[in-house]
This record gives sequence, structure tokens and C-alpha cells, in this order.
Amino acid sequence: MTEETIIAGFGGQGVLSMGMLLAYGGVIENQEVSWMPSYGPEMRGGTANCIVINGDEPISSPIVSRFDSVVAFNQPSLDKFEAAVKPGGLLLYEEEAILNPPTRTDITIIAVPAAKAAIELKNQKVTNLVMLGAFLKAKGIIKPQTAVKALYKVLPERHHKLIPLNEKALKRGAELVRGEITAN
Amino acid sequence: MSEVLFMKGNEALAEAAIRAGLDAYFGYPITPQSEILEYLTAQIPKRGGVVLQAESEVAAINMIYGAAGAGSRVMTTTSSPGFSLMQEGISYIASAQLPCLLANVVRGGPGLGTIQPSQGDYFQATKGGGHGDYYMIVLAPSTVQEMADFVYLGFDLADKYRTPVMILADGALGQGMEKVTFPDYDPAARKIAKPWATTGKTPDRERNVITSLYLQPEKMEELNLVLQKKYNTIRQNEILWEEYLTDDAEVLFTAFGLAARIVRKTIQLAREKGIKAGLFRPKTVWPFPYKCLNELAHQVDLIQDIELNAGQMVEDVRLGVEGATPVFFHGRMGGMIPTPEEVLEKMEANLATVRGRNGRPKEDVR
Amino acid sequence: MSEKGTVVAEKASEMDLVYCRPESLLDVRMHYCPGCGHTTTHKILMEVIDQLNIQEETIGVAPVGCAVLAYEYLNVDMHQAAHGRATAVATGIKAVQPDKYVFTYQGDGDLAAIGTAETIHSANRGENFLIIFINNGIYGMTGGQMAPTTPIGEKTATSPYGRDKKTAGAPIDITNLLAQLPGTFYATRQAVHSANAVRKTKKALIKAFEYQKLDKGLCIVEVVSNCPSGWKLTPYESNEWMKEHMMTIYPLGDIKTPSKEDLLS
Ligand SMILES: Cc1ncc(C[n+]2csc(CCOP(=O)(O)OP(=O)(O)O)c2C)c(N)n1
Ligand code: SF4
Repeated sequence: MTEETIIAGFGGQGVLSMGMLLAYGGVIENQEVSWMPSYGPEMRGGTANCIVINGDEPISSPIVSRFDSVVAFNQPSLDKFEAAVKPGGLLLYEEEAILNPPTRTDITIIAVPAAKAAIELKNQKVTNLVMLGAFLKAKGIIKPQTAVKALYKVLPERHHKLIPLNEKALKRGAELVRGEITAN
Repeated sequence: MSEVLFMKGNEALAEAAIRAGLDAYFGYPITPQSEILEYLTAQIPKRGGVVLQAESEVAAINMIYGAAGAGSRVMTTTSSPGFSLMQEGISYIASAQLPCLLANVVRGGPGLGTIQPSQGDYFQATKGGGHGDYYMIVLAPSTVQEMADFVYLGFDLADKYRTPVMILADGALGQGMEKVTFPDYDPAARKIAKPWATTGKTPDRERNVITSLYLQPEKMEELNLVLQKKYNTIRQNEILWEEYLTDDAEVLFTAFGLAARIVRKTIQLAREKGIKAGLFRPKTVWPFPYKCLNELAHQVDLIQDIELNAGQMVEDVRLGVEGATPVFFHGRMGGMIPTPEEVLEKMEANLATVRGRNGRPKEDVR
Repeated sequence: MSEKGTVVAEKASEMDLVYCRPESLLDVRMHYCPGCGHTTTHKILMEVIDQLNIQEETIGVAPVGCAVLAYEYLNVDMHQAAHGRATAVATGIKAVQPDKYVFTYQGDGDLAAIGTAETIHSANRGENFLIIFINNGIYGMTGGQMAPTTPIGEKTATSPYGRDKKTAGAPIDITNLLAQLPGTFYATRQAVHSANAVRKTKKALIKAFEYQKLDKGLCIVEVVSNCPSGWKLTPYESNEWMKEHMMTIYPLGDIKTPSKEDLLS
């Protein structure tokens, strides 16, 4: 198994930390993992993304250009990476952020109302956790409980009190997706 | 074995340095490696040692010259523009035969360039860089694990040969996170005595002088001969490389660092298509593994060199191959990274040329 | 209002016009963070250039720092210098274009850390150009590391336990240091956080450009500024913090002004 995922959006949307949770989760489940962020000051208010690769063999290239899954948090990211989804792959996007939805027919496309769900949970910052919950439901790369364990690694100690809320967001995300879609 | 951690390459390098007994670090912030200075300023006050933010890379390398001469295990790290500024100091350090570890987390140039990953500093690292006849041992990591491993190796080699050792990484290896484990390593057991260091003249010894100045050309040539002899010993003893799927390879990729990771993916794609491809990856880019490459060159139809620059290591590849097989180059510059698919396409086109477009076996072409 | 400003003004109904972009400031989106003092300083610098009508006679030098892209915004001839070397570059420009107005625009890391030698020696030679020095007490561009101007005790990415005077020294007051040198003609410290401060800074900039005509030596206009991103504060909080922690160690006002004789002779 090798799962190549890119998560992309605006800086500050929690794109990098969503990737980090997926990556740390992989480490906890004894997978081989790499996490490669875009970096630099151009991320100020600009676009940010990270490539996460989970596999059972050592990761060859940490940088790839075609993905099993794309998770898009904004329109520019969707426009940029829609074509990069491998045929049969998954495109997951934040519903409200997208005006022009994707058009490909050879991939699975899921719109997740993650921002809305986060607002219902009274904290917009957990949008990325809702997305992660949805993503893990669609693609069981790591177990949801592992993502919770990963939270303890990724969040600085002073934010650990927020973990129950994050857990709720993960659950809410999973509910927003009907079932697991197995890659072909 | 110790715990499996998940870290950025920059952090792994910094953590390894502390575990390897780093006495002092001097550095100046520059993307994409500022995390090293940031990590060390957070950790060293708790774990012992010196960490100092210099006012420039020129100052940092001269602080290294001072602290290394005074007998400490020292390191500085920077990225391309900063490494250019350090060249004067490195030349002095090589000449004065001081052990130290330097890392260049390379970004795209020339000039101020870009902060994105690049391998454009290969020439500067392996062919001298500063003035005069000197070399550094240059280790080129390809994984976060090697970002850590080469720190221990680098410190040991530096002490063993009294020479600057450098780690030639790139922005992606510095910023990306992978699993890493740190070996059992006891700095106290590994550090060797430095009787030449300026630790204060005791009655039982002559005074120690750290200098690179020998006005008389006879004396200066003598020093040069000592250096050259040392470099030859290093060439004989310290060459490291890795081969991946070379046993049955008909096509050989050559690449170092991050480019070698991309090529590994290309090799998977090529093998899925039935092309027997393999990888030759120098881990020391100085000294370069010429001989071992030459042996492999006779077995393959072509060599495809891949770099994140305009073609620098390929000159060493050609020196090693000595015309035994055609050598092709493909690279991207200025922070651009070739995709595995792009690399495959280039190689296939070259393979078609070499084998003849109608797929004749290689004997017919030769 | 300047001649150029008037042209722009005619386009709008004159009565409605309360504000317009200076003609010499390019109409592009700046990359600076919201609330950052760089933006205001750029704007008033170009207002001054418009007002003095010297756009065609001005050559600027951009640093390495957040203002590295200043040449994307300032519509005058510009150089981009290596980190810390702006005043050396300006020395070269002024040497061969002595009739032009030359300025450098530098941050505290650029001017007061890696570029200290160039800065001091430009002043000591009495170079006849203007340094605009943005002192925000931090390295903004590289992500909030300690600068030579960072206040004692301040936590940054490379002083996670707070700046320690024992190892990092005290914050350097480089403008004061430069003022000690006979080659420095005019040194002042201003700010851009309020309408009043902006007015004063504009006046200082106008003076500094006019002094260049006298060929009497270096002018430096320091702007005590903020870095909401590096300080991890909102723009409003950052200005409050600046007043409390920066302006107390870097008090605003003139540091060295020419005497009457200086101006006459
Ligand atoms: C030789 C060299 N070293 C380091 C850097 C990295 N670098 C870029 S900007 C900067 C500091 C910027 O700080 P400052 O001058 O205070 O300006 P600000 O970004 O705060 O406006 C550094 C260290 C570089 N570009 N070149
Ligand atoms: S990082 Fe700081 S100095 Fe740079 S643009 Fe942002 S607020 Fe301004």
C-alpha cells in the first residue's frame, strides 16, 4: 500500500496540521511516512500545501506530482490539483469555499461542508479536523482513534484541553461521508 | 534501538548534533534552515553547550574558526547565500586543519534566488569553493535519517582528519518530515584528544598556534603537500555510495540527495514498464566514488544523470565513466523539481536513441 | 498638493477627493502583512517623492528582508542588494550618479546585524545619500528570529526564553551610534503608527532629501515600526506593544540635526 495525498488551501486554514496528523497517525500505526510542506514567506495569506505519503515500504520520492487523493480547502487549490488526481482517485473539497466545483468523471468527488460543521461546533478552527474525519472515512489510511492519539503529538501541551473538541470534529466529519470508498 | 521519532530534516540534524556532543554552534537565520538555529536555541540552554546567533555568516564561520581552534566540537549551518559568505573562513579552516561540521541546506540560485530546494551548490561544495587548494569531505544525505546519521559521521571524520566536513542537503530535506532514530553514540568515547588546540600553554608543551599564514613559499608548499596527502588518504578510505536495483540494471541513474529520491520513484515506474533500471547514489560527493561507478558503467546501456541544477555532478559522473557508456543529463534549476514521470520520459527517449528507434539490441549500435 | 497629485485629482471630482495613491507608488497589491509599518512607510516615501517632484532623479536600493520586493512597488529606478550590503551598493551608485537622489531602505537585521560594517563606514565616509531604516525589532522575513534591536526579555524564534543580555547583548541603538560620526549630517527617529507620527516622518523625509542637494553627508531616518506577524499580535496590539516596549528604548525625535552654519556654509 502506498497512499499519496496532497492537502492544499490558504495559509492559516490548518492545511499543514491536517497533513501532520495524517503523517503522525501513520507513524503510530508503524507505517512508512513522509510529510513535505510548501514553505516560505509566500505562505503569508497565500497558498499552502503539504504532501503526505503513507506506505508499507520506505517512501521513494517525498515529492510527487500525481496523487491518490487531493484535499482542497479553496478554489485555487482545487483548480491547481484537480488534474493531478490519479484516475480512480479521490478529490475531497471544502464545500463552501468552492464556487466552481470539479468536473472530472473518472474520480470520486466528495464535497464536505466542513466549515459549516465547524461553526456548528462553535470553533471554525476545527474545519481541518472535520475534513480529516471525512477523509479518513473515505480512505481508511489510518484509524480515527489513531488520529486522536496523533493530536497529543501534534498539539502543543497548552492546547491539549482542546482535544475533546477536535475529537468531536473528527466524528462529525466521518458522519458527513456515507461510506468508505476503496481505491481501485 | 532507540525510539522512532518523526522530525523535520533540519530538526533531526540539530538533535543529532546535540547527541553527538556538540560543544558550540554559531549561526545566522536563513530560510530554509532557520529551524536548526531555532531548535538549538531552545534545546542547548537545557542540555548544555553554547549556542550563539551571529550577526552574519561571515562572523559565524570565524566564530567556528576560533572555537574549533580552541579544541571544541563545533558546527554551523546555513543556506546558499550564507554559504557563499563563509567561503573565506572555510579556506582558512581547511588550511589551519581545524575539524568542524558545516551544513548547507541548499536553495535555488544564483544570487538571492529562491528559497525552494536546489542542488546548485555542488560545484562550490566539491571543487573548493574558497581560494586555494583544499577540499572538504562532503556528505550528501537523501533522507531525514541521513540528515541525522551524517552528523555523527561528519564530526568523527572531521576529528579523524582535522578537516572541515560538510553536509550538502537541500530545502526539501530540511523542511520535510520523516521517521528517524538516533543511534547509541557516546560522545565522550568518540571525541579524540586535540593536543594542537589553543587551550592555554602548560609548561609541558610548546605553545600552540592556529594559523594559515606561511610567508615563505617553501613552507607554504610543505603545508600544501601535507593537505594533499591527507586528501589522498581520504579518497582511499572514506568513499561511500549506495546502489539500488543495480544487479540486473540495463539503465543506470546517477543522482544524489533529493534527486535520488525522485529517481527511486522513477525506477519503480520504469520497472513496471519492464525497463530494468537501477540507481547509483554517491553519499560522499567528495571524495566521489569514481571507480565503483566505472565498474557499473560497463554493464549498462546508458547512464541518466538527474540533478536539481544545470549539470554539475554529471561532470564527475563522466570522469568516472570514462566513455564506457553514453551519459545523459536532465535537470531542473532555480528551485524547480523534476517529476518522476518527467525523468522517466527523458530516460526513455535517450534509451531509444541509444538502442536505435526500432528497438535493436545494443550490440548493433556499438 | 504636487503637480502630479493634481493630475490624479482631476480625474475624481475634486470636492470628493480626500485621498489618492501617490503617483510614484505602483498600483499593485503589496505582500506585506495587514497592519505592517512597511506599507505606510512605502506610501509616504512616495508621497514625498511626488511632492518634491524627484521621481525621475531618484534611485533606490532595496534590502534583503521583508522589503526585498520594494522594487515591485516603488516606481523609481531600483537596485536589489545582497543582505546587508545596501549602503555599499548605494555608495557605488552615488559615486557615478552624484546628481541623483539616492536612498536605501533597510530593516534592522539588514542594517544593524549583517550590514553593520557597511552602514558605519558609509556614515564615516559621509556618503551623501539617505538611509530609511525600518526598526521593527525582529527578523520579519525569515519568520520572527531575534534581531540586534530586539528588546531584552523578548521571546522570539531564536530567543525562546527571552533575549538574554548576557549572551545576546543589549538592543543596539544604531542610529545613535551613527550620529556620533562626523560623516552623519542628519539622524532622526520617527514612526508611522498614527496620523501625527506619519506627518512628522514625512517632514523628516523631505528634509533628508533636500539635504542631499547640499552634499554634506549621510542622512538617516529611522522608523520605529511593528511586525504583527513576527510579534504574534494583532495590528492594533502590535502598535500598543511598540509604544510600550520599543519606543521606550528607541525614543522618537531628532538625534542629530545640522546647525545653522552647516546649512549655510
Ligand atoms: C547572506 C544571507 N543571510 C541570511 C539571509 C536570510 N535573511 C533574509 S531577510 C533576513 C533578515 C530580515 O530582517 P530585517 O532586516 O530586520 O527586515 P524585516 O524582514 O524585519 O523587515 C535574513 C536573515 C539572506 N538572505 N542572505
Ligand atoms: S513579517 Fe512583519 S515586517 Fe514582514 S511584512 Fe509581515 S508584519 Fe511586516
